[in-house]
Amino acid sequence: MKKPGSTEKKIYTRKDRLLEVRNLSTHFLLDDGTVKAVDNISFDLRKGETLGVVGESGCGKSVTSLSIMNLVPDPPGKIVGGNIFYYLDKNNSPVDIAALKRYSAEMRSIRGDEIAMIFQEPMSSLNPVLTVGNQIIEPIKLHQDKNNKQARKQAVEMLNLVGIGSPTQRLSEYPHQLSGGLRQRVMIAMALSCNPNLLIADEPTTALDVTIEAQILELMQELQDEFKMSILFITHDLEVIGEMCERVMVMYTGTVVEKAEIEDIFYNNKHPYTRGLLKSIPKIGEHRRLTPIEGSVPELKNLPDGCNFEPRCPESMDICVNQEPPTFIISKNQKAKCWLYRNNDREEELS
Amino acid sequence: MNENIKILKVTGLKKYFPIKKGVFRKTVGYTKAVDDVSFFARGEETLGLVGESGCGKSTTGRCIIRLLDPTAGKIELEKNGDYIDIARIEKNKLKNLRKDIQIVFQDPNSSLNSRMTVRDIVADPLKAHKIGTHQQRTEKVKDLLERVGLNSSQMDRYPHEFSGGQRQRVGVARALALNPRFIICDEPVSALDVSVQAQVLNLFEDLQDEFGFTYLFIAHDLSVIEHISDRIMVMYLGKIVEVAPSNEIYMNPQHPYTEALLGSIPDGDPHSTKVRKTFSGDVPDPSDPPPGCNLHPRCPYSSDYCRKVEPELKELPDHKDHYVNCHSAEELNLEGYQKSQQV
Repeated sequence: MKKPGSTEKKIYTRKDRLLEVRNLSTHFLLDDGTVKAVDNISFDLRKGETLGVVGESGCGKSVTSLSIMNLVPDPPGKIVGGNIFYYLDKNNSPVDIAALKRYSAEMRSIRGDEIAMIFQEPMSSLNPVLTVGNQIIEPIKLHQDKNNKQARKQAVEMLNLVGIGSPTQRLSEYPHQLSGGLRQRVMIAMALSCNPNLLIADEPTTALDVTIEAQILELMQELQDEFKMSILFITHDLEVIGEMCERVMVMYTGTVVEKAEIEDIFYNNKHPYTRGLLKSIPKIGEHRRLTPIEGSVPELKNLPDGCNFEPRCPESMDICVNQEPPTFIISKNQKAKCWLYRNNDREEELS
Repeated sequence: MNENIKILKVTGLKKYFPIKKGVFRKTVGYTKAVDDVSFFARGEETLGLVGESGCGKSTTGRCIIRLLDPTAGKIELEKNGDYIDIARIEKNKLKNLRKDIQIVFQDPNSSLNSRMTVRDIVADPLKAHKIGTHQQRTEKVKDLLERVGLNSSQMDRYPHEFSGGQRQRVGVARALALNPRFIICDEPVSALDVSVQAQVLNLFEDLQDEFGFTYLFIAHDLSVIEHISDRIMVMYLGKIVEVAPSNEIYMNPQHPYTEALLGSIPDGDPHSTKVRKTFSGDVPDPSDPPPGCNLHPRCPYSSDYCRKVEPELKELPDHKDHYVNCHSAEELNLEGYQKSQQV
């Protein structure tokens, strides 16, 4: 579905920045210890770009997205450090989402209007006792100066846009009357109804069948072309990342272990974890024995002293056991958090 | 065991679930979860079963082990040269069947009793069949846990103390306890992370090499099913639409639905310029399937004939072992899975 020619690289400038996350840490303070769900991560997202976030369960993908939405359940969760700079359209100075109060007027005007989110499981994120129409009309009326009739008209347009047949009738239906694919389309329609600049898609196709997944991914790309929004695409599926994203960050136990352009992730990857992930996926037509990553993801309460991946790493060295690696710069667009590249420059710690 | 022996023969299997309505719970219709399915499994092979959710994959598996009673049809299991019909076994004699057929479930969290230790979970089938003394059973449990790659010193722990991958290994150990010949794997890896999924897939392959199991491997992930299966069956709306050896079905599909499934695989190659060829629309309601070929509302090749007459599963004349359920089999020029060009 990727159109020929779309591999041409876009050139981004400083003006195109939309989101800058700097040294973000989100911890969960529990009775029996602190869970560092997200620990000191930094990344940028530019206008119109799709950034993939990939990793296994418990790596902090979803907590990252909740932090950006300022929706981390508090208590026990808390953004304990770092900044989330979001560049609003109107002025050039950014807003620091991490410093905003969760229910402040400013945060509420950003959430839903500027940044919207699609969740993994459409059945549990739609309200079962409200009609689809009510749920799409609500954000429109909240963020835009529209009366009932206008909002309803826009809701019908949105449903049309996401490819739902007979939209007027669908508006009066309840979520349980729709199939999984249709529900996910309703979620997308809700998220896009206020024309956001940033769409966070948290495993949007994981609960769907392959034929439906293909339809939804295609729809998301079309809508991105039309609305020129940025997408933060969170998934555990590397193959989907390969189709959707320009840049990828690979996460492991709350940290970003590798950041690179999509080609480099697939063909010139540097971090042993990225390599391990790619090798453990069965590939069609290749009947080799799979090489899994040994062991399992450590508990976040009980992380190793040195590199978090060291106990499972095939290339582990002495230094890895005791010291956590900093992020090393491989090239302008590629960074890896691994001692293997200790001769390279370190990424500067921004304060 | 011989690879040419058909260890399992399923003929005309049907499972209808009644839809009840009203105060008197009158039956107003049937959901045809499995509708006239026939296939066979050869000894020591892995037979893959793939399809979208709601197509009847799991129902088929559960009928074979009689967790569900089939509405009609024969399920014959080979035993010492004879065939016994599983569908006709009386309820109180099912216990014997479990020695031959076992099942591994999808979600290791809900299929293991959280109040039992791993030792009790794995020993339970042995206890139920009154095999061995307490001492012998403990030895057997130790042996089984080591086989599936767990540390036998951890056998007095509870399931929540293990990770998802380890829990699935416990489920496998329990299935192996009675030395079955046929194991139904109902989406055993879909709840696992990719790195752990590879470990469990390797385990299934190793156990098959060692003990000569026959697997019915149910999955919805097309790369997993291709990796593990010798032959693959594709199901749609309660019917088998195509059966063929795994390489054949991916490279030379003869059913439009198989083509669409293969077309929707994300190929994970940023250099690919593949244009996806997929179906529009959703799977219809199985209680009210369309007349004629049940794929026709979504099929781009359908004709008037398809709307009226239901096709049958037939072996292709010039491709041995390749069965297709389509009127236009071999007439359409369908596209197989296209491997993306590697750089």
